[in-house]
Amino acid sequence: MNDFSVATNRTFGEVVIETVGLAKKFGHLMAVDHISLSIREGEVFGLLGPNGAGKTTTLSMLATLLKPTEGTARVNKHDIVGESDAVRRSIGIVFQEPSSDDILTGRENLYLHALMYGVEANLREQRISEVLRLVDLQDRADSQVKVYSGGMRRRLELARGLLHRPKILFLDEPTLGLDPQTREHIWQYIRRLADQERVTVILTTHYMDEAEHLCDRVAIIDDGKIVALDTPDQLKQIIGGDIVRLKIKNPKLTPVKELPYIVKVEQTGGFVMLTVKNSSVHLQEILGLVGNAESVELRTPTLNDVFLHYTGHEIREADAEGGFFERAARSRSNR
Amino acid sequence: MTELDGLYALWYREFKVFLREKSRIVSSLFTPLLWIVVFGGGLGSSVSLGGTNYQVFIFPGILTMTVLFSSVFFGLYIVWDKRIDFFKEVLVAPLSRLTIFAGKTLGGCTDALIQGGLMLAFGVILGVSYSVPMVVLVMIFMLVLASAVVSIGLIIGSFMESPEGFNLVVSFLVFPLFFLSGALFPIDNLPSWLRVFTTLNPVTYAVDGMRGAILGISAFPVMIDLGILGGFAAAMLVVGSVAFSRMK
Repeated sequence: MNDFSVATNRTFGEVVIETVGLAKKFGHLMAVDHISLSIREGEVFGLLGPNGAGKTTTLSMLATLLKPTEGTARVNKHDIVGESDAVRRSIGIVFQEPSSDDILTGRENLYLHALMYGVEANLREQRISEVLRLVDLQDRADSQVKVYSGGMRRRLELARGLLHRPKILFLDEPTLGLDPQTREHIWQYIRRLADQERVTVILTTHYMDEAEHLCDRVAIIDDGKIVALDTPDQLKQIIGGDIVRLKIKNPKLTPVKELPYIVKVEQTGGFVMLTVKNSSVHLQEILGLVGNAESVELRTPTLNDVFLHYTGHEIREADAEGGFFERAARSRSNR
Repeated sequence: MTELDGLYALWYREFKVFLREKSRIVSSLFTPLLWIVVFGGGLGSSVSLGGTNYQVFIFPGILTMTVLFSSVFFGLYIVWDKRIDFFKEVLVAPLSRLTIFAGKTLGGCTDALIQGGLMLAFGVILGVSYSVPMVVLVMIFMLVLASAVVSIGLIIGSFMESPEGFNLVVSFLVFPLFFLSGALFPIDNLPSWLRVFTTLNPVTYAVDGMRGAILGISAFPVMIDLGILGGFAAAMLVVGSVAFSRMK
């Protein structure tokens, strides 16, 4: 999967999304707290954060479904409040909730979407089979959506968002609850859209690997604020070394702390976490000083470490799990 | 071009759903059939009005009922659409709110016309004799009535969040409209307090017009009926598109 993980030599076009102090308040809750960012054409931009961090609210404002309480944003040079029609013509959005009609078949849902988004008549059929193949639904395209599994529905929603090849594509948790194989297919397709078709993609995710492998730049968002924004590689630089995790009783930490290549020492439960520069060279020395470790784990930092660094807590992946499927189950066969 | 495609898309969706949910057709025809067969047949065995058997006399009223009920309850589906978030997909599409409203209304009118048409065919069993111009005129009345009442249903639906709330509001509206329309009795000799309501009720003119067209019995000239009903429908279409343009 690494063939598309490194952002090498990508050039981005002009700024297509710009927000200035964008904020949304629900009652007393500041869901989105004055966010300013700019995103260039052809970029895959990730909003990474836990559930309730304000990712979906930000996306909804940019997609003109919610009016901001404060601040402004321009999408494809159009104001999201004053020129919402023009904004809607330039974007595609895939919601986190299922929004296909379950009485219709998958193909019919796509056909409706093609009509509503002005896909030209001679391209419709070809595009529909193209996206169906992409999400591997071609065999089930003529079944009613109500007999689809949650994962199939999710894939259909994605296919729909890609159908009209929008200039800017918003994806709210695009691979939530999908199996690894489908996720990778989707990542590859999103990457191809951005690299070859110059589609700008803004996605929300709480999956670290998704942000890391797919996104050109990642904004880490917590409590409605952007706490860090950079390429995944740059973000990881902030950690300043590799992570060495030791399972150890009674560690001797004082001599370790004085070593020049130790960046940070943390102790939680029966574990010691060390951030170490050039860890492969220095590991032996550390182990000699710290005492008898039961186990040693050495890894390069992930965005999870970055998130922890900035927010002081971890994204719990279990948080968002099931949301889509619960809603799918609830909405199904209810009429 | 996009707006027209979008209009077609919205209509196509409603029509597909209608065809696939056969239970909708059956359930919406059941009540009118009960009225015409049991109530009309029972009372008709000893009562005749205006020189016509009572069962046949109320037939235009039951046609109205069919269109009225299926049209107004069409608004319920927009409440469902909101629930399943399908509507979000429609609202974010690059379509004007007017197009969305028009597409929904067309879809609802199609449903109502098919059901009204089935009911009209049932008239043959009752011994009503049709001519082509008569059927065309009745279909026009049904279409105008349907567009007015579908709009009402959509207006209510656009404000409602729950199906229960929708049903409550609608039953407070739809039964008075039906009973005060002269569907079940002639409106010529009513006491004055009742006459006020029937005259103000737009549905009265649908019943009267269709009764005039089918049986040749009417309190007002048929074209006056059509004019008043048409004016009401136009007003409802305007209010409906305004209600939709405000919807989030």
